[in-house]
Amino acid sequence: MLTVTDLSIRFERYDRGLTRTVLTPVHHLDLDIGPGEIVAVIGASGSGKSLLAHAVLGILPDNCRVDGEIRFKGDPLTPARQKALRGREMVLVPQSVGFLNPLKNVGAQVRRAAILGGAAGRDAPGITDAAFARYGLAPAVQALFPFQVSGGMARRVLTATATVGRADLIVADEPTTGLDQEAAQQSMAFLRSLADEGRSVMVISHDLSAVVPVADRVAVFLSGTTVEGAPAGSFNGQPEALRHPYSRDMWRALPGHGFDPGPDRAAGPTWSEGEADGCPYVRRCARADAACADTFPPKRHFGRDFVRCRHA
Amino acid sequence: MIRYLVRRIVHLAALLAAVSALSFSLVSLSPIDPVDAYIGADVMKVGPEQRAKIAARWGLDKPPLERFTTWAANLVRGDFGISAIYNEPVLTVIGKRFAMSLWLMALAWVFSGLFGFVLGVVAGAFEGGLFDRAVRFYAYLLAGTPTFWLGLLLLLIFSVALRLTPVCCAFPPGVTPEEATVWQRLWHLALPAATLSIVGVSAVILHTRQKMIQALRSDYALFARAQGEDTMGVVRHHALRNVVLPAVTLQFATLGELFGGSILAEQVFSYPGLGQATVEAGLRGDVPLLLGIVLVSAVFVFTGNTVADLLYRVIDPRIGWKGAA
Repeated sequence: MLTVTDLSIRFERYDRGLTRTVLTPVHHLDLDIGPGEIVAVIGASGSGKSLLAHAVLGILPDNCRVDGEIRFKGDPLTPARQKALRGREMVLVPQSVGFLNPLKNVGAQVRRAAILGGAAGRDAPGITDAAFARYGLAPAVQALFPFQVSGGMARRVLTATATVGRADLIVADEPTTGLDQEAAQQSMAFLRSLADEGRSVMVISHDLSAVVPVADRVAVFLSGTTVEGAPAGSFNGQPEALRHPYSRDMWRALPGHGFDPGPDRAAGPTWSEGEADGCPYVRRCARADAACADTFPPKRHFGRDFVRCRHA
Repeated sequence: MIRYLVRRIVHLAALLAAVSALSFSLVSLSPIDPVDAYIGADVMKVGPEQRAKIAARWGLDKPPLERFTTWAANLVRGDFGISAIYNEPVLTVIGKRFAMSLWLMALAWVFSGLFGFVLGVVAGAFEGGLFDRAVRFYAYLLAGTPTFWLGLLLLLIFSVALRLTPVCCAFPPGVTPEEATVWQRLWHLALPAATLSIVGVSAVILHTRQKMIQALRSDYALFARAQGEDTMGVVRHHALRNVVLPAVTLQFATLGELFGGSILAEQVFSYPGLGQATVEAGLRGDVPLLLGIVLVSAVFVFTGNTVADLLYRVIDPRIGWKGAA
């Protein structure tokens, strides 16, 4: 359904005077999502995962350049095609109610999403009512403003905006952030049932333990690139089921797997701006050698799975 | 709601008390002698006894504090006193003059609000474009333009050179206010109102433009784009509602500036409004009239701010009546 190959996103920024800085928050990124599948993109907060979502939908700011290839239903996603398809065939489920218009009641906003999704104006209220009913929201909720809905309710409303059209690709950005465990599970269950209807779901999250039980596949995101693609089940077995040292360290950090905070934090951040050459995990990796610091690790395939590590 | 209104009324009372005390002190310190100003050119014909009589009739022989308490006590009973220069009750003078100024200010207020809002919205929606740059240049230029200078310029062009508009006043010469038609009034209002609108528009433009840019960079605008909304759709369905609020508030909150601007415009165009009466009262030492105008304008500006405050509560559901200050 969606195939992302060697994607990179560059921002150009002018510092004092004419000094030009190029930031590359996303590079060498690969991802593929089949129909009816939930693929979780897992990585640390603030590592640029949302940019991936924005790149797929074509809503990045103007001062950035996107290279690589994104294919949707087999054909390349050009800016024109993105413009035609977003809201109709591919939709975003944003992080929080902060992405809703604060001065418009939520019912009106879902109705607008329905119209943008291709519904006729007179059908929109009925579709909205159905979507609210589907997620257990009372009709009265439609009259509420975003600041009046609770966190769990907000998830339902935001998920509802994605289901009023006939979208085949749903990109959910941090669907469990700020929710208690029960609400987080429910939020993921909503996405699961959408996937079970045959849609593809990309879940962007840092919350491994909430997302992995529901996802089909996991893409491990580190410093702007995907270092491993593996079945979600790999995170349930032994760490050896995972190929990349970062994925294994992440596995060990899970509450049920020893709660090990991983390699020495004093090694500094995993990522810095100028470090595009070597392996992004080189400074923390137990198996790193001189070659890891110099060359970007090549991608190695194992069926649908892949890893970017010289030692895997 | 009721608590809010009560609190606002208490605020107003405190404001009026402070404004009266302050303006009375300032007037007492003024170097203009009301008796001299009243007598004017006849100063040689009036002897010291006559001057003393006039002063005694106006109560000027009493100390300032006593004058102030007498004036304040009368005021509380609703008596604003008699205007020395117009020889009419102060409230009558203000009522007549205010009606004239209201035409002028209402026209300028509506036009500057509408044009400023539309220009600001379009400039903000196409930030950095040619239209935006032109509008911004215009707004900055006008923000630095003195009202009286622009008034003189318009007068030179449209009244003197092109002879399209009258040179002064509110009605054609020889026509009494009762005889003047609506068209005659509007024709005389055109230039003063245009002056005030053109100058008043820049604040609305710049504020609206800034709010528009903010709205288009917001998370809800991003989500709207993700839903397939184009720039016009984001503006219409999302940004406009968020931008209208600051614009309306600004428009009500700048009633004070409009009032100040109208004084200058009325001077330039010899338009017989409240602004002109204020200048007369100040120059000729008409203390009751001056204080009356100060109080009325304070109420006027206060009302403007209160309306802005109330509108916030109507337009923005996040602001309730609880904790209203």
